[in-house]
Amino acid sequence: MKSLMKSVAAAALGFVAVSGVAEARDQIHIVGSSTVFPFATAVAENFGKSTDFKTPVVESTGSGGGLKLFCAGIGVQHPDITNASRRIKSSEVKKCADNGITDIVEVKVGYDGIVIGNAKSAPQLSLTKKQIFLALAKEIPDGNGGYVANPYMKWSDIDASLPNTKIEVLGPPPTSGTRDAFVELAMEGGAKKIDVLKALRKSDKKAFKAVAHSIREDGAFVEAGENDNLIVQKLEANPNAFGIFGFSFLDQNSDKIQGSKVGGNEPTFENIADGKYGVSRSLYFYVKKAHVGVIPGVQEYLTEFTSDDAWGDEGYLTDRGLIPMPTEEREAYKAAAMGLTNLSM
Amino acid sequence: MTDTTPNAVPPKSVTTASSERVAATLAKRHAAEKRFRMYGIGAIGLALTFLVILFGSIITQGYSAFWQTEIRLDVHIDEGEFASGEYADIRQASFNKMLRASLREVFPDVTSRKDKKELYKIISSGAKYELQNMVVENPDLIGTTVSFWMAASDDVDMLNKGYIDRSLPESDRRLSNFSIGLVDTLVEKGDLKSAFNTRFFSNADSREPEQAGIWGAAIGSFWTLMVTLLLSFPIGVAAAIYLEEFAPKNKWTDLIEVNINNLAAVPSIVFGLLGLALFLNWFNLPRSAPIVGGMVLTLMTLPTIIIASRAALKAVPPSIREAALGMGASRLQVVTHHVLPLAMPGMLTGTIIGMAQALGETAPLLMIGMVAFIADIPGGPTDPATALPVQIYLWADSPERAFVERTSAAIMVLLGFLIFMNLAAVLLRKKFERRW
Repeated sequence: MKSLMKSVAAAALGFVAVSGVAEARDQIHIVGSSTVFPFATAVAENFGKSTDFKTPVVESTGSGGGLKLFCAGIGVQHPDITNASRRIKSSEVKKCADNGITDIVEVKVGYDGIVIGNAKSAPQLSLTKKQIFLALAKEIPDGNGGYVANPYMKWSDIDASLPNTKIEVLGPPPTSGTRDAFVELAMEGGAKKIDVLKALRKSDKKAFKAVAHSIREDGAFVEAGENDNLIVQKLEANPNAFGIFGFSFLDQNSDKIQGSKVGGNEPTFENIADGKYGVSRSLYFYVKKAHVGVIPGVQEYLTEFTSDDAWGDEGYLTDRGLIPMPTEEREAYKAAAMGLTNLSM
Repeated sequence: MTDTTPNAVPPKSVTTASSERVAATLAKRHAAEKRFRMYGIGAIGLALTFLVILFGSIITQGYSAFWQTEIRLDVHIDEGEFASGEYADIRQASFNKMLRASLREVFPDVTSRKDKKELYKIISSGAKYELQNMVVENPDLIGTTVSFWMAASDDVDMLNKGYIDRSLPESDRRLSNFSIGLVDTLVEKGDLKSAFNTRFFSNADSREPEQAGIWGAAIGSFWTLMVTLLLSFPIGVAAAIYLEEFAPKNKWTDLIEVNINNLAAVPSIVFGLLGLALFLNWFNLPRSAPIVGGMVLTLMTLPTIIIASRAALKAVPPSIREAALGMGASRLQVVTHHVLPLAMPGMLTGTIIGMAQALGETAPLLMIGMVAFIADIPGGPTDPATALPVQIYLWADSPERAFVERTSAAIMVLLGFLIFMNLAAVLLRKKFERRW
């Protein structure tokens, strides 16, 4: 019996050893944001089909998770590119540098709008950022220098022009990049419009952020998971509810849902591209310069991504809901990508 | 069924009293039994209702994915597009150009740039690769005109399947009136049909819903399960035999037993984290590879297999062991010649159930990079791959409408595999089960 056990163990170890040698990789490995995922995969697929290189592997790990993997080191076992729905943080640049990754190329992909919308069967709302903040903040100033738990239960409590329905908003959980961006752009933007908080921002930035970034937990805001499709389905079933989701889901489901105006502007392709619609963020990807030329195809992948066919005004990425940058900005990032210009914070 | 005691004949008065008591409570007890049965039927009925709702919603949503709208075009494969010479690559020719030319031929009235753009969008953006593959396989086609059916774009497919409502205002639809007009013309000409969706079964993942298939994920699942089976079956069975037949009963073996039972209940994501730390960071195995997936799932299925195998070994009556020992067999011979063959059906059943469980897992694969977009079909256990349940998860999260039906169709395929595996386990048990 012992010999049988031994041979089994030896076989298992042998199995590990044979495959265990970290072999040279001939395929680009991309990790990162689930928001950039549909765009990165579209480029990867076209790149794989139109060149002799293998199709890159694209993992959806979230922006933070992707940067963590990316900054873990140089070598075939570490990813070559990471996608992010926000800019790299200086703490992450430092972490990268600690692991020997000093040369990083930053490429901005384009813009993504974040929509607060409802079912088509309900009336379209026109909100301001301040109203969004008042509807969703956990605590709001009580007017006497203190804070009270958000007292607003109905939209009409905030402003008489808003409908007389319960505030019910479905949105992504705190782990999501969409949530981060929404909090930063819409909530913080709204908080700045309130005088008390504006003053607080000047005196104590941390305290301001604590107030501006806290979303209420009394049931008016429902965490609906990372899956935006699910939010769309729930909105369809409940016309009184609102949802927070990425623009590409509005684009694909324009027969079922509508985006609310924010600051008087509808979330349309044009408005987001012009910067008129305020709740939009930039998408990025980061390339490890040390891997260019080592992993075959990295440079060519950059060429494909920055081609007009892909991220141009009428490129295939716009069909997937990407909002392209203006031409000059695109040219600048293309030049940086081609020249492998180092990231400057 | 009655409560009368089987003792010696009781005095008459007692019999009457007890039978009266019986008669008094009989109706109540019958009612209680009936109620209990009703609860049982109710519980099963409820479970079945949910099952029917689940299957019903999946099937009604997903059956349409087995059909794909195709468009026929006469494409002239222009010789001039191909570079000549020894090293010329057929793939470098612009097949897109040829397809666009033939589309313009079908609709000569379409002239404005905007309209042309919409016209080009009615066929799948993968159609050029379909044409390319055809020409690569048969270079004699160069210079001829071929008439072939290519996939329509996902929006046209959705229109043809009735998921796009024509009565809505134009701005609320994915397809404009102009595009719908083009599609209707093709239908009139008989150049648009619904065909069995072979792409769904032969392609790997794609960002174009009409080109996306489950074959890549199915092969990934196959390699993963192969590795799992090769590792977990021998290790699991050997561990079970040792613990059941050879190990002394003491504190240590008790501790091991408690730990094995405990491991069976550990959330599967924990095994993924272990796999990340051990196999990827320490052994430097490749990310996203089925070999690592298989090893992680081995850790997950081992407890199931060990527990089932031990139960199967326990079910072999001791008389068989004693008889073999009495005939002079060694303990190893007792196990290999007598006990193991008798316990094998039970062990195999446990293994198949463990494998079926592993087939449906996504959480441990997340940590080791198998939740990824992989457009190439994996050729072996070290190639990047994904698995069937992961494919379902990725499609469910895609914005394109056409992925909704494909998600459901992929669930049907996965359910098919699971039903097949569990059925095999049941049949195996029925065929080889022995009763003593």
